[in-house]
Amino acid sequence: MSDKVPIEYREFPDAGGHFGCYGGQFVPELLMAPLEELTQAYARYRDDPRFLEELDADLAHYVGRPSPLYYARGWSQRLGGARIYLKREDLNHTGAHKINNTMGQALLAARMGKTRIVAETGAGQHGVATATVAARMGLECVIYMGAADVQRQSVNVYRMRLLGAKVVAVEAGTRTLKDALNEAFRDWAANVDDTFYIIGTVAGPHPYPALVRDFQAVIGRETRAQILEREGRLPDALIACVGGGSNAMGLFYPFLDDAAVRLYGVEAGGEGLDSGRHAAPLAAGRPGVLHGNRTYLMQDADGQILATHSISAGLDYPGVGPEHAWLKDNGRAQYVAATDREAIAAFHTLTRTEGIMPALESAHALAYAELLSREIGPAGIIVVNLSGRGDKDINTVAALQGMEL
Amino acid sequence: MSRIERRFAYCRERGRKALIPYITGGDPQPAVTVPLMQVLVEAGADIIEVGIPFSDPMADGRIIQAACERALAHRVNIRRVLEMVGEFRAGDAHTPVVLMGYLNPIEQMGYGVFAREAAAAGVDGVLCVDLPPEESQDLVQALQASGLDPIWLIAPTTRVERIERICQAARGFIYYVSLKGVTGADSLDVDDVAAHVARIRAVTQLPVGVGFGIRDAAAAARIAAVADAVVVGSAIVARIEAHQNEPRALYGTVRELLGAMRRAMDTSVTETA
Repeated sequence: MSDKVPIEYREFPDAGGHFGCYGGQFVPELLMAPLEELTQAYARYRDDPRFLEELDADLAHYVGRPSPLYYARGWSQRLGGARIYLKREDLNHTGAHKINNTMGQALLAARMGKTRIVAETGAGQHGVATATVAARMGLECVIYMGAADVQRQSVNVYRMRLLGAKVVAVEAGTRTLKDALNEAFRDWAANVDDTFYIIGTVAGPHPYPALVRDFQAVIGRETRAQILEREGRLPDALIACVGGGSNAMGLFYPFLDDAAVRLYGVEAGGEGLDSGRHAAPLAAGRPGVLHGNRTYLMQDADGQILATHSISAGLDYPGVGPEHAWLKDNGRAQYVAATDREAIAAFHTLTRTEGIMPALESAHALAYAELLSREIGPAGIIVVNLSGRGDKDINTVAALQGMEL
Repeated sequence: MSRIERRFAYCRERGRKALIPYITGGDPQPAVTVPLMQVLVEAGADIIEVGIPFSDPMADGRIIQAACERALAHRVNIRRVLEMVGEFRAGDAHTPVVLMGYLNPIEQMGYGVFAREAAAAGVDGVLCVDLPPEESQDLVQALQASGLDPIWLIAPTTRVERIERICQAARGFIYYVSLKGVTGADSLDVDDVAAHVARIRAVTQLPVGVGFGIRDAAAAARIAAVADAVVVGSAIVARIEAHQNEPRALYGTVRELLGAMRRAMDTSVTETA
């Protein structure tokens, strides 16, 4: 990169929502007006001191921020490599990073006078985080979830219903997260006057990738301040799992200009990239257009979107945020994959050595950290985003050990 | 003059409103599409819209998504749809065919290749549902280089500056989406449609077609009274779904529905004239 003009990362996306050739607004005409309304509202409130004050207060007292940056001494020493810190997003209210974004978008929805919230969810984490803020703010809430995921994640479905949300099982297509997004877009198109669509990741049409990134960037801002305080210097590398990519983008964004900090996104390698049964569009897909943006996709030769596979429902998505696609192409971030098997092994290792049970999504990042820590060596520092807690996954883990809970 | 322009001129001369049925290419199976297109013409279609099946049709409702899934189960792709259009065109030189679809399959084929092969097959226009004018420059260039008309949607939420912009880019006709929602949605407010059609006509000479929510002959007649063309999709595809395993009954029921719409529209025009 040294022979090129440095990229001004903060100036992206452009006015049309583009990160290089990625991003944009690829939606039916009906949605162009509400997207413009959202773009204008966000431009108005993103620097509004009273909006930010309210958001910061909610993040502090309701979500529980700042989340700790924990030095995993036992795990680091066992690996014999770099000093590994864990950004503890698992300690947020509702158990994952998702609520940073739903809190921000719900406050925005209220400012815009919207009374009804729709959202998609895969594993149910974003659905729970959305239902939570909707309950607190007295907003009507409808969550779309693939019928296959409704069966796999019955506990989260029940949590959402307890919170007062209506959970709609989507029977179309592959009956998973991508189909839930289609259905949420359809609901929004039919109810644009009173409805706000809270997208859960840094994908979708502009302004969502930028808006979700900005709400999640609190992760990276805190990490930066915390590591400087603890170690007196920036880390050598950041690692985060990538499904749609919101926890990774939130961690990476405040470090984009720090060229010495290496950025690693870890996709779901499923049964291995060669098997075809994975969810790693950056590692093994190619660019196309889905769900409102141009990005890397899992697709066949005809441009039909493929079914994905991952042990982790939260990574089981055939697309990825457009900013990641751009960071891959311009080389600022590296994208790798961890298999189901590697993620499960990392889940057990962290649980036994640190007494912290990670979400299977986050376990993909942990699996790569094990490799990288040896490469970087004991003088190095790595921060891994522990994006969620693993309680929701214990049925999956038990089933792999032949147990039914 | 393009085939679409000629058809609208022909309709205007006769005081006739255009009837534009939609079917998904390859639904319920590839062998049905060409005979079904011929049935549509016999029943009174002026232009035929053929959908390119896509796995994730987010602007469509359950009925058309299911049609896409039936076609995809037979591995119908763009080239297969173009073969169908080519076969239809060999027997019908006059009825315009508009392809309707989503951007990704077109992008994977390549804009230039798609446009050339579509034109060679006898396609007249292309409506890409998830491509707003802001993102459309490259595809529009490719379409126009091959003599294809880019068709655009206008929605109830489209503001007047955008209407102007869309009408400048559009050829053939404008497709006004008469409802908030997706294809197959309920309820139709004819006065509201008339007001929106008037807004569009204020900025363009292009004919205005209206679609979404037109399910029977009475609705078709009411829309025909205020628009230049009536687009019917989900009502036809629902009948295809109901008779997917019996082609003969399928052709009969589609012929009956479209024929009833044609007669009601023609009667309505005569009455208002």
